[in-house]
Amino acid sequence: MLVMNIEKFSFTYPGAEAPSLKNITLPIEKNKITSLIGPSGCGKSTLLRSMNRIHDLYPGNTYDGKIDLLNETTGEYDDILAIKKENDFIQLRQKVGMIFQKPTPFPMSIFDNVAYGLKISGIKNKTELKDRVEEALKGSALWKEVHDRLNKSAMGLSGGQQQRLCIARAVAVKPEVLLFDEPTSALDPISTSAIEELIVELRNDISIAIVTHNMQQASRISDYTAFMYLGDLIEFDKTEHIFLNPKEQQTEDYITGRFG
Amino acid sequence: MEKLFQKISFSSATLVFIILLGIFITLFNTALPAINEFGLHFIVNPAWNKEVPITTPQAKSVKKVSDDSEVVNPDDYSDDDGMIMQDEDDTPTKTIYGGLVPLVGTILSTLIALLFAMPIAMGIAIFLAEIAPKNISSFVGGAIELLAAIPSIIFGMWGLYYFAPIVANLFGGFQVSLLTAGLVLGVMILPFMAAITRDSMNTTPDILKESAYALGATKFEVIKDVIFPYSKVGIIGSIILSLGRALGETMAVAFLIGSVFELPHKITDPTISIPVALANNFGEASGLGMSSLFYLALILFVMSFAVISFAKFFFLRKAN
Amino acid sequence: MKRLLINKIVLALSTISAIIGLSFLAWILITLFIKGLSSFHFSLFVTDLINNGLRNLIIGQFILAGFASIIGIPLGMIAGIYIREYGRGRYANLIRNLSDIMMSAPSIVIGAFVYAIIVVPTGHTSGFAGSIALAIMMIPIVISTTDSMLSLVPKELREAGIALGASKYRVILDIVIKAAKVGIMTGILLAFARIVGETAPLLFTSQTSNYFSLDMTHAFPSLSVSIYDLASDVQTSSRDLAWAASFILTAMVLIINLTGKFITRNKK
Repeated sequence: MLVMNIEKFSFTYPGAEAPSLKNITLPIEKNKITSLIGPSGCGKSTLLRSMNRIHDLYPGNTYDGKIDLLNETTGEYDDILAIKKENDFIQLRQKVGMIFQKPTPFPMSIFDNVAYGLKISGIKNKTELKDRVEEALKGSALWKEVHDRLNKSAMGLSGGQQQRLCIARAVAVKPEVLLFDEPTSALDPISTSAIEELIVELRNDISIAIVTHNMQQASRISDYTAFMYLGDLIEFDKTEHIFLNPKEQQTEDYITGRFG
Repeated sequence: MEKLFQKISFSSATLVFIILLGIFITLFNTALPAINEFGLHFIVNPAWNKEVPITTPQAKSVKKVSDDSEVVNPDDYSDDDGMIMQDEDDTPTKTIYGGLVPLVGTILSTLIALLFAMPIAMGIAIFLAEIAPKNISSFVGGAIELLAAIPSIIFGMWGLYYFAPIVANLFGGFQVSLLTAGLVLGVMILPFMAAITRDSMNTTPDILKESAYALGATKFEVIKDVIFPYSKVGIIGSIILSLGRALGETMAVAFLIGSVFELPHKITDPTISIPVALANNFGEASGLGMSSLFYLALILFVMSFAVISFAKFFFLRKAN
Repeated sequence: MKRLLINKIVLALSTISAIIGLSFLAWILITLFIKGLSSFHFSLFVTDLINNGLRNLIIGQFILAGFASIIGIPLGMIAGIYIREYGRGRYANLIRNLSDIMMSAPSIVIGAFVYAIIVVPTGHTSGFAGSIALAIMMIPIVISTTDSMLSLVPKELREAGIALGASKYRVILDIVIKAAKVGIMTGILLAFARIVGETAPLLFTSQTSNYFSLDMTHAFPSLSVSIYDLASDVQTSSRDLAWAASFILTAMVLIINLTGKFITRNKK
C-alpha cells in the first residue's frame, strides 16, 4: 500500500529557467523506508522538500503534476499540491514530519523541545504532555540519557543526541510520514549508526523517505531506492535490485563510484 | 622596518585607550571645582545657577522661583538650598549648581524614546526579516539604513516645526516639552534600532525556522518560540545600544526639550537634558558654572560608558 | 482556529507598525525635500552666509571633515591593523572593546573634551579644534571597519605571502590590505558621511562663521552649526535658509553613503 504517490511531478524554483525536477513519478510505500540517492544537485533534497511543501516558505515556486497523500481515516488520497490555506499546510506538516541535515534543537529545554509540536497543536494537559514526551524520547532511544535533565537546555546535548532529540520531537506528534534530509551528514560514525538503527525501528509505525549521499547507508537501511540525476528520476526499485543489478547504465556508474 | 611598523601600529591602537582615559581625566579635572564644591549632592540638587546666602542656613522668607508656582508640589523641592532667595541684598551670596534637572530630563526623554521606538522597531524588524518578500525587504531595509544616516539636526528641525504642533494639539501642553523631545528622539533612533534588530533576527539559521514550520508552527509561533529566543541576546543588545545613542543625543532634542532648568511636573512640560544643557550654556558659562557643565558632561560620559559596556559585555560579545 | 487568528493579528500588527514607522521617516524626508527645495537656489553655492548664501559653510564643512579624515583614517586603519594582525589576546580585545565604546560616546562630550584641551589653552575656537573632535569620532569607526574587513581575508593568503619570504608588514600592506580594499573604502566613506553631518562636537570647538575662511586657527564656517543657529532664528528668511542648508547637508550625507554602498555592490 502506498502512503504517498508522486506522479509526473515537476518543480521550478522562482526565476529559474529550467525546472529542477522533471516529470518525477515515485511511489512511497507505507511502513517502508525509501531512500533517494544521487550526486549533489540531482534534485533529491528538492524532491523531499516538496513532500511537506516546506518550499512554500519561500514564495514563487512552480509545481506541476500530483503528490497524493493517503488520508488514514477515509482511505482516500489527497493531492498536497492543491493545498492553499494556511490551516491545511499546518495539518500537512503535522502528518509529514521532517528531519534536517544538521540537528536543529530549539533554544529551549529538552522537554519543551519534544513537547513543542504537541503544545502548538493544542495539547495543554500536563500529564498527557509528560506521557507523550516520555514515549517519544523512549521511541528515539534517548530517554535513558536525558530523563534526569529534561529541564536543561537542549543545546548541552552532543550532536548525535541533538539529532535524536529532533527525531523525538518529530515523532511526538505521531506523523504518518517522516522525511529525513541527509540526517547523519553532520555526525560521527557512532552517532550515525545509532540514528540508522533508530530509523529502521521507526519503520514499524511510520513511513520513511530519506535523502542520503551515502550509498552504504541507503543499502543498509532502505527497502526501496530511487536514483536521481540532474532532475530526473533514473531508476526506482527495491534496494537490493538497485545495488546488485541496476538496469540503467547511469545507476551502475554511480553506485560503482565511477562518477558522483 | 618590521619593528617600526609594529611599534607604530601598537601606538595607534593604544591611542584609543589614551583618548578615552584622556576624556575621563580632562572632564574630571575641569569638573573638579564643581565636584569639590557640590560633591555627590550635585546629582540630587534641582537648582541651577541660583543665588543663595553663604551664612544663614535657613532664610527668613522663602519664595519659590518657579514661575508656575501654583502647580508646584513642595515635596519636589525637598532640597531647599537652591530655592531660596534673599530679601536683603547685603547678605553675601553664592551661586549654586545642581544636576538633577538635566539628569532627570535625559533619563525621561530617553525612556519615552525607547517606549515609543521599541514596539515600532520590533514591528519593522519582524516585517523585514519574516513577512516582506525578499525584494521589498531588501529595498525597505536599505532605505531604513539610509535613514539611520540622516543627520540628527534634521530630526530636530522637523520635530519642532512639523511634529510638535500636532503632538501639542493631541496631548495639550507646550510644543517644546519632554514628550515631544522624547518622541522625536524615538523617531530618530527608530531606523537604527530596527536595522540592528533585524540583523540580530536574521542570524537565526533558516534550517531552525524550517524545523519549526515542519512541525506545523505558524509564522507567529516561529517568531515567538524560535527566532526571539535564538536572537534574544542580540536583540536586547541592540535595544541597549539604541538607548546609549538616545542618552547622548544632542541635536534632535535641542530644538524640542525647551532648555529650561525646571523639573517637569507633567510629561508635557518643558525641561532640559544633559547634552542640551551643554550645547546651549557652554557659550555663556564661566567659573563654577563652566565647571558644573563639565560635571554634567562627566556624568553623561560615565552613564553612556556604563550602558555601552554593559551591552557589550553581556549581550554583544564578539566571537573572534 | 484560534492559532491562525492570533498569527494573522500579530503579522498584521507588525506590518502596520512597519508602515507607521516608515511613514514617519517618509514624512521627514518629504518635508525636507519640499521645504528645502522651495528655498533652494543655485546662488546659495556662490555667496557666503553674510550675503545669505551657503558657500562658505559648505566648503567649511568639507574642510572640517576632510582634515578630520586626514588625522582619523590613517590612525584608525593602523590601529585596526594592529588589533587584527599583530595584537594577541587580551590587549587587542581590550582595545577592540574600548574602540566600540568610544564609537558610542556622546558626541557632545567629545566636543567638551576638545574644548577643554584645545579651545581653553589657545583661548579661542578654531577649525583645528573642530576637526580634532570629528577625528576622535571617526577613529573608532575606521578601526571597527578595518578590523572586520581584515577578518574576512582568508589566513591562507597571509601564509602564502609569508611562505614567499615577505616580512609580515609587507604582507599586510601589499596583500592583506589590497584584498580588503573595497570593504575598507566603503567603511571609510560611511565614516566620512557620519562625521560630515555632525553638529554637536562642533558647537563649541569650531563654532561657525558668516564669512569665507580657510584659516583653521580661528572660528571656522560650519554648515551644520549654522543650521542650528538659523533654524532657531525668529526671522522666517533665516529659517528658510536653514531648510535649504539642511537639504544640502542631507543630500551630501546620503550621496556619500550611497556611493559607499554602490562600491560594495559593484564589487560583488
